[in-house]
Amino acid sequence: MLRLERRAQASGWMKIMSPALALVLTVLTGLVIFASLGKDPIQGFLTFFIAPLTSLFGLTELLLKATPLAICAIGLAIGFRANIWNIGAEGQFILGAIAATGVALFVPAIPGVSLFLMLVAGALGGIAWAAIPAWLRTRFNTSEILVSLMLVYVAELLVSWLVFGPWKDPMGFNFPQTKMFEAAALLPTLWEGYRLNLSLGFAVVLLTAGHVMLARTHLGFQMRVAGESPSAARYAGISAKAMVWIGLGVGGACAGIAGMSEVAGPMGQLTDKVGSGYGFAAIIVAFVGRLNPLGIGMAALLMALFYIGGEQAQQYLGLPGSISKTFQGLLLFYLLAADVLIHYRLRWMRNVSPSMETSR
Amino acid sequence: MDEKRLSVHGDLEMTVELMTAILFATIVAGTPLVLVALGELICEKSGMLNLGAEGLMSIGAVFAFMVAFTSGSTWLGVGAGIAAGMLLSLIFGFLTIQLMANQVATGLAVAIFGVGLAAFLGKSFESRVIEPIAPMVIPVLSEIPVLGKVLFQQQSLVYLTWIIFGLVVFFLTRTRAGLILRAVGESPKAAHATGIPVNRVRMLAVVFGGGMAGLGGGFLSLFYTPMWTEGMIAGKGWIALALVVFATWRPWRVLMGAYLFGGVLMTQLFVQSSGLPIQIPAQLLSALPYLATIVVLVIISRNAKMIRLNSPASLGQPFQKESS
Repeated sequence: MLRLERRAQASGWMKIMSPALALVLTVLTGLVIFASLGKDPIQGFLTFFIAPLTSLFGLTELLLKATPLAICAIGLAIGFRANIWNIGAEGQFILGAIAATGVALFVPAIPGVSLFLMLVAGALGGIAWAAIPAWLRTRFNTSEILVSLMLVYVAELLVSWLVFGPWKDPMGFNFPQTKMFEAAALLPTLWEGYRLNLSLGFAVVLLTAGHVMLARTHLGFQMRVAGESPSAARYAGISAKAMVWIGLGVGGACAGIAGMSEVAGPMGQLTDKVGSGYGFAAIIVAFVGRLNPLGIGMAALLMALFYIGGEQAQQYLGLPGSISKTFQGLLLFYLLAADVLIHYRLRWMRNVSPSMETSR
Repeated sequence: MDEKRLSVHGDLEMTVELMTAILFATIVAGTPLVLVALGELICEKSGMLNLGAEGLMSIGAVFAFMVAFTSGSTWLGVGAGIAAGMLLSLIFGFLTIQLMANQVATGLAVAIFGVGLAAFLGKSFESRVIEPIAPMVIPVLSEIPVLGKVLFQQQSLVYLTWIIFGLVVFFLTRTRAGLILRAVGESPKAAHATGIPVNRVRMLAVVFGGGMAGLGGGFLSLFYTPMWTEGMIAGKGWIALALVVFATWRPWRVLMGAYLFGGVLMTQLFVQSSGLPIQIPAQLLSALPYLATIVVLVIISRNAKMIRLNSPASLGQPFQKESS
């Protein structure tokens, strides 16, 4: 029978290959799903995974979608490294969007300055929302998982109140949305005719900064130690509270910036649908990217492909758009399963006697 | 004078009627929370932290509705909801127990996947309705003023929840199997040394938790609304997880906590629909259950010692035979 045998040391190769293996398994499952829904699996595969990559427009849209995912995920990854489970990035994203919108609506528009203020406001909005679970965790030992998650629902209701109430565009035919931002409050697009905008630059800068922080600074080292061995961290005098604040703070700031780039980018206004699940998808991006900035960049592109593929499948195959969320979840399942191969290898064993059982 | 007394009397009657209605609805709203939180309680008692309740409930709700709608049988739907929850939690168990994947990450995967798959599968069933089942009026007991209406004119699934609750309490405190479960959660190594199949016990606990979450989801889509809409679980799975912490892993407190939350859920709905002349945004009222969850979590977890004493010692940690 097939058995798991512990490797002498973790396989660096499998650490890189397991996301690829997970992707292959997800695509294969996708083919089965298409077939079981009575669609031609090849047609489904081409529409979902390939079509978005075949035009310049598709590629720029892919980058546009990948940008907030990568920004959110790098912030989360820094916290996850230190075992800070911020799963409320969705709420911090929304607060960032709200704060940036506040600047866009109520501060007189000045070219250049407005965008900078919105960026700062977005980051602060995200930090403020993340500070609640951070404070409750450090002060009262409350689970940051549940608190950050509960605040997602509160953030959704807050944005709903704003766009149905005080911030509703009076000329907006009663739609739950603010008025469109002025040009000075919109991120400039990179090329005429495409929606891809300056926020791609934010993503590149933040991923680079994340890499430097994690790989080159003492702080990054401390966070890794805190995550991998809490007792060693205590012994080394690393403050657990500081790790919580930094982990959640960076996560909140990044999610807030992502929220800002969404309202100042493709949306151009605040609506009650601003969240759209980026904060949750970013959790998958962080894991699939191995909590590593380069990996996160690639995983964000992949997750963006799932989003756009889902839209394509909706349009051309008549499938519900939520198929992309199903695929995202599947990918994470397969990744977690494939990760077992980092520490174990599969061995075919004929007779299993107790003495042959694997030992450390 | 007489007229005034009459109106006071009328007001009182109305107040009693309103209170009865709120309490009745509180029991209804608390029921899915009781079910899910009891399942999670058993699961966590074995040392397994399954954060996927939200996904398990979603998948239970959608399967229960689809099967009930297609077959015309509500009870077949209930069974389907339980089965769906069990199946998804089986995947969680396989990944975390057999493959030793991180329980937090895998639980999140269950939550994300379950919510996504439920939205995908249920799309074509949205805005369909099924015939709601008539409540089961218990003779004699239902005649008691106020309490009779509140407790004994409920859906049969509400009574079933009480029976399950009784069984869970009995199982945990009075049976050998319950003792084994707790032993596994407290010290899997010691349990293994005495010959207890730790991983099998944990798998059973996980699957029980999944079935209960599926049942809780099914209650929502078959009895509570009764229909399926994307996002209808709206965080109730996460609230149930918080309830287990709030209850410090004790079934009686789970029951009380769940109904308390049912009360919060219902009161805000009643205030919203009552047209009381108070200017509170509807969204603020809707946010109350989530804010209340945070508040109770803070109150309970500020006493770190109590949490440490009551939570299963091995919660969230994988068990490897060979690591002994």
